[in-house]
Amino acid sequence: MPPEANLSFAAAFAPALLDPARSTPSLVTGPNGKAAGRRYDVYRNNVTVSLIDALAAIYPAVQRITGTDFFRAMARFHVRSNPPASPLLFEYGRDFPDFIAQYEHAQAMPWLADVARIERAWLDAYHAADAVPLSPARLSAVAPDRLAGLVFIPHPAARCLRSGYAAVTIFAANRDNTTVTRIDASKPEDALITRPEFDVNVRRLPPGGAVFASRLISGRPLGDAAAAALEAASDFDIAANIAGLIEAGAFTSLADGDRS
Amino acid sequence: MSTVIRPTSPTAMPLRFAPPIGGVAGTSFKPEHLPAILEAGPRRGFFEVHAENYMGAGGPPHRALEAIRREHPLSLHGVCMSIGGPRPLDKAHLARFRGLVARYQPALVSEHLAWSTHETSFFNDLLPLPYTEATLACVCDHIDQVQEAIRRPLLLENPSTYVAFRESSMSETEFIRAVAERTGCGLLLDINNVFVSATNHGFSALDYLADFPLSRVGEIHLAGHAEQADDEGDLLLIDSHDGPVADAVWKLYEIVIGRRGAVPTLIEWDSRIPDWPILEAEATAAQAILDRRQSAVPAGERHAA
Repeated sequence: MPPEANLSFAAAFAPALLDPARSTPSLVTGPNGKAAGRRYDVYRNNVTVSLIDALAAIYPAVQRITGTDFFRAMARFHVRSNPPASPLLFEYGRDFPDFIAQYEHAQAMPWLADVARIERAWLDAYHAADAVPLSPARLSAVAPDRLAGLVFIPHPAARCLRSGYAAVTIFAANRDNTTVTRIDASKPEDALITRPEFDVNVRRLPPGGAVFASRLISGRPLGDAAAAALEAASDFDIAANIAGLIEAGAFTSLADGDRS
Repeated sequence: MSTVIRPTSPTAMPLRFAPPIGGVAGTSFKPEHLPAILEAGPRRGFFEVHAENYMGAGGPPHRALEAIRREHPLSLHGVCMSIGGPRPLDKAHLARFRGLVARYQPALVSEHLAWSTHETSFFNDLLPLPYTEATLACVCDHIDQVQEAIRRPLLLENPSTYVAFRESSMSETEFIRAVAERTGCGLLLDINNVFVSATNHGFSALDYLADFPLSRVGEIHLAGHAEQADDEGDLLLIDSHDGPVADAVWKLYEIVIGRRGAVPTLIEWDSRIPDWPILEAEATAAQAILDRRQSAVPAGERHAA
């Protein structure tokens, strides 16, 4: 390999790409000594705009809620302070919901970060590995005395998110171009995100459902998950919740927790 | 263990080559066109995809690409390998790229003479590099690694650029020729990039094409560009891929095909994407030029440059 000193061009070229306060790098030029300011700005623009576009593609409901100008201004701050680390743009923006949560001009929309978290989970589910969901018949075949120790193997796309706001309703109302009616944002909602085959599915979980689902997805036995769910909601319906999770495609198979 | 539909890990799959596709025209594949393409049935030509869009584990992108690949040759076009950058290649990214080559057996595999990652940041643009002995050695080393991984020659694409580097000690065509000779790689000649760079840097596109090692060209790209102005108010062309191929680029294309013979030709269209029939019509126009050349030259002479 040649000495690093002869390859310093990238270190000189890169810093001003996302920093408008920096001047045009002196190593570049136009033809015949012409200035390179607006020429270099093409790269600045390509980088900044394409990364803002990437966030807009990942967070369409957030953009619809805030309006394009608000969203792009907010995204521009984030792109400049947190450019992607991976060349896979569908991995970008994991820290954008946290950025939204502390973004000064978004404080009037305290639920906006949770809507963004659902959108980020939606994209992860979309790209997750393919797997055949668990058949309900598999559970019926388990002997009653084994149920408490039963472990559910999560589908690669399954996610569970909790919100102190009506984030699922707000998400669902803003993912397409239908008219949004008035939503009471203060009602807490929890989301189950699955992709049993090719369509991502986002549904609202009943009280206790998120405690239950998140424990099962993280590999805790059914008995533990049910006890925690009953503590969270005394009228928690275990059978209905298991059936709902299986029907949504949250799991792929069963394992005997006692033996693992 | 979860039940995985496709148990073979792409990185463990053997590399198999699709047969050469000859002088056919193709288009960028855009998922929004999938229903129209499938409804129309198999067509002559190929589709090209940006490799990075298919580096997720599963889901709808792979289903769409499998549907396309069942009936058409595929061109795998890498955008983010950062071959022109000074940093070592991202080994994980290279493994993902190899995995796609193994899984989809593309007829064509290409990447850019550019860089997009530095330190820990990915800039999502094709950034330019100076043409020096040091960058030449670095680019050749990177291409050797890619070709070693995919076990076949890579087609390297000439860039469109807006700035030049004071430290460059050779022309772009000298640089590209040296890369091809040292690494054995093929070349992807983007004629719109030639036209854009020629305008932006004040050189003759025909001179550039006369200096370009046409015998190594295994694919041609055609695309639309946009117009801006530089600091002096002079025309600055932007490689925007957001419209039809310009008349001047079509003329250069006919000249190149006349000299090189018919090679696979792609219409690139990546933003402000039109309905499928409009994109398909651009490919049909390229195919007509290829077919005129192929019918005018006896079969035995078709591949003479």
